Amino acid sequence: MSSPVEVRMIVNGTPRAGRCEPRKLLIDFLREELGLTGTHAGCEHGVCGACTILVDGVAARSCLMFAVQADGATLTTVEGLADGDELHPLQQAFHRHHALQCGFCTPGMLIAALDFLATNPEPSEAEIRDALSAVLCRCTGYQNIVKAVADAAEKMRAAGGAS
Amino acid sequence: MADPDVLRPKHIGARVRRVEDPRLLTGQGAFADDRIVPGALHIAFRRSDHAHALISGIDTAAAAAMPGVFAVYTAADLEGLVEPLRATSRMRNYHATPLYPLARGRVRHVGEPVVAVLAEDRYRAEDALDGIAIDYAPLAAVSDPRAALGADAPVLHEEAGTNVLAEREFSRGDIAAELAAAPIRVGGSFRFHRKAPTAIENRACIAEYDRGRRLLTLTSSTQIPGVIRDALADLLDMPGHSVRVVAADVGGGFGGKASLYPEEILVAVLARRLGRAVRWTGDRLEDLATTSHGFDEIIDAELALDRDGTMLALSAEVIGDVGAYSIYPWTAALEPVQVVSFMPGPYRVPTYRGRVRAVATNKAPTGPYRGVGRPIATFVMERLVDMAARRLSLDPAELRRRNLVRPEEFPYRVASGIVWDRSGFGECLERACAAIDYPKLRTDQGKARAAGRLCGVGIASYAELTGIGSRISAAPGMPINTGTETATIRLDSTGAVTGNFGIASHGQGLETTLAQVIADELGARLADIQILQGDSALVAHGTGTYASRSAVLAGGAAVSAARLLKERIIRAASHLLEAAVEDIDAADGRVFVSGTDRSLSFREIARAVYTEIGRLPRDAREELEVTKVYDPFFGTATAATHIAALEIDPQTCKVRLDRYVVAEDCGRVINPMIVDGQVHGAVAQGIGAALTEEIVYDEAGQLLTASLVDYVIPAASEVPPIETIHLDTESPSTLGGFRGMGEGGTIGAPAAVANALADALAPLGAEIFELPMTPERLFRLITEATAQARGD
Repeated sequence: MSSPVEVRMIVNGTPRAGRCEPRKLLIDFLREELGLTGTHAGCEHGVCGACTILVDGVAARSCLMFAVQADGATLTTVEGLADGDELHPLQQAFHRHHALQCGFCTPGMLIAALDFLATNPEPSEAEIRDALSAVLCRCTGYQNIVKAVADAAEKMRAAGGAS
Repeated sequence: MADPDVLRPKHIGARVRRVEDPRLLTGQGAFADDRIVPGALHIAFRRSDHAHALISGIDTAAAAAMPGVFAVYTAADLEGLVEPLRATSRMRNYHATPLYPLARGRVRHVGEPVVAVLAEDRYRAEDALDGIAIDYAPLAAVSDPRAALGADAPVLHEEAGTNVLAEREFSRGDIAAELAAAPIRVGGSFRFHRKAPTAIENRACIAEYDRGRRLLTLTSSTQIPGVIRDALADLLDMPGHSVRVVAADVGGGFGGKASLYPEEILVAVLARRLGRAVRWTGDRLEDLATTSHGFDEIIDAELALDRDGTMLALSAEVIGDVGAYSIYPWTAALEPVQVVSFMPGPYRVPTYRGRVRAVATNKAPTGPYRGVGRPIATFVMERLVDMAARRLSLDPAELRRRNLVRPEEFPYRVASGIVWDRSGFGECLERACAAIDYPKLRTDQGKARAAGRLCGVGIASYAELTGIGSRISAAPGMPINTGTETATIRLDSTGAVTGNFGIASHGQGLETTLAQVIADELGARLADIQILQGDSALVAHGTGTYASRSAVLAGGAAVSAARLLKERIIRAASHLLEAAVEDIDAADGRVFVSGTDRSLSFREIARAVYTEIGRLPRDAREELEVTKVYDPFFGTATAATHIAALEIDPQTCKVRLDRYVVAEDCGRVINPMIVDGQVHGAVAQGIGAALTEEIVYDEAGQLLTASLVDYVIPAASEVPPIETIHLDTESPSTLGGFRGMGEGGTIGAPAAVANALADALAPLGAEIFELPMTPERLFRLITEATAQARGD
């Protein structure tokens, strides 16, 4: 334990700052200091993936990072996916395909899928299953999540092609 | 009458997208730990690292002096503040065990809370745990339930005088004579190991006390806010209106959040005492060590048949390892007794004897887990059926066909006393076989087997009792009423419809499905209906969501209340439209006079009743709020057949599921999208139970699977696509025609996978008696069977 330090980061496009102990986990900083409770802690040992966020554009477990490690970084959390009232194509696809039940893993699942589709915009079902095995869901049996991600990929490709 | 096309139900049966989704997809959910209350004190628990010990001394002075620490509590500090909780039962030969929020003088399992530190944040509370010194005098621990039955075994609860906390026997006919006379007998000793519910949201709770109003509010990740409200009101001697339990969004439960926990009692007691908010956020280690476990039974079972495959008799002797305490409110009888209640399954079994003992050991308590007893009963019975089929050289589907209760035999009384109402027992089998093209599957399997591959096909048929009413308790002998459910439906002065319920959705989408039911019954627009649930303040009595009850009971209450409210709306409309009640009906949020263009919106009627005084005669202004309680009394049978096709990799012993089909009869389907989702998720949990998920304690009672690295739940790459077929063979007598189905997948899947594994290994002469069949167990089984085949 040592004295609090200043942490600055850009979260969902907005500059944010706060003070915390160097040992404060990034997920706790997001939830408690910044009030962004959409990101959830499911295991706090890096297995379940519920806490997945984008750090400088890459998926990371916010339960395995200290907030000070994200000082100066650009973060995206589930709260930053929608454009105003317009849901992100992944969120829309999850809604359309019933890809969430309790919704607790969903923020991590959405961010992991976003990260995955950025690197593989046209994935096979097996590739989606492989990529999503980074996030555990206990409600859906994954079937509708896989469908939703495939559908979102198609819609995102179409939208990308049109622009 | 109005146009029947307008009146045809259109929301029930439709794939209506969920109203819960927008908030959950955008990070706006309200899970217990999302509730940020400035100034709240955080609790961290120092938990027992002994399986069984006397506490000879606790020194908390150093912890209390640590920075940020507000107070440290032990059991001694709680004397006089709270009474112990006891899960009582009407069952004979049952022993309740007292549950204290903090261990009092003795610990009985690893993870039991002993000391609570309250600090300004969770980090400081956890820091202070290192400043606590507890002196333990270790006692002999018992982790094997068979050993716990021994005369020299340590007794966990001296006041009980025995480790057998509950005992039950069901019997019909002369089992000894039938077994002795039967030409075909198959059997063995089966073992289904302990598992964990493992919701992705760990348990968490926060209690707030409003001194001015003397109002205690507990926000908790629970499935049973109503049960907890009633228990806390008793324990704290407070009136029910001064204790409110809220379970807003809950991140999965699966039974693990369906009991009252020491942590919930403690935060409530301390918040009231201190007048400050007190919170606890459990971590995954605490979840795996202390959230109620599931299953854990040893079953010696034997099935007797005639030479034509007709079942004659079934015998089962069950030992249920229930852990250290009898869980509240369900009791230690809940899980093991239902193993013998459901063992005969969907078959005609004329003679039966099932005996069960619930045995205390130095492990975390077992409690409700998705399926409760039925997954074990189905595993054993379906294994026996397949073993018998092999002995008789009959196809497993054909042997089932010959023994499933036939349509003309309903209602059928099971030897344990359960009564099955008509459900598609045989129809599910046939539809599942057709969907998977069973004959072709067998042909393909034959080819693969000829090529030396370990491919198997497994069938599991089962029936479960759902929507259980007041005739029997959801847990045998439990004195709490779980057989009724309340709905209050209101048309307010703006024309909006609100439905208040005592259930507590935790992923099932009940805010959507109950709105669908009300929309059709009331003739309202879906968009005008809001469902409130997960809050003990909503109705006079509620329990929560568990035991595949909510669609049946809350759905029935919604039907009943909506019908009465609709009558009142139409009576008001008949005055306003000057038409006979018989000529008026409602749809899409409007009432219509048949054969005319005269109509009024619900909003216009609401205004006329509530605010535009004078538009209706005084005695015609009826209250537009209706409360109805629904009690299905017996409950209703949901039936299903699962078929799994898999292949075992002999090198790695990894199992790959290639096909999975579920055909089920859950009556009238409210929302097929949601029903499919429930089946997918439940089957995935059943696959986990069959292949990987196991809570392991060593002989000294130490927990060896305390992280998600050691306790392995299925990931996306391990669950196959699941094909579902819904049948509604004959509508049940439940109001609305709904049957429960949230647990079914977990009931069928372990048995289907076990039978498929046994089928895959049949060329080696190996049988499956144990689940989960982890790669290590498969490796041993294959190695032994291969050695035996070689004659080593």
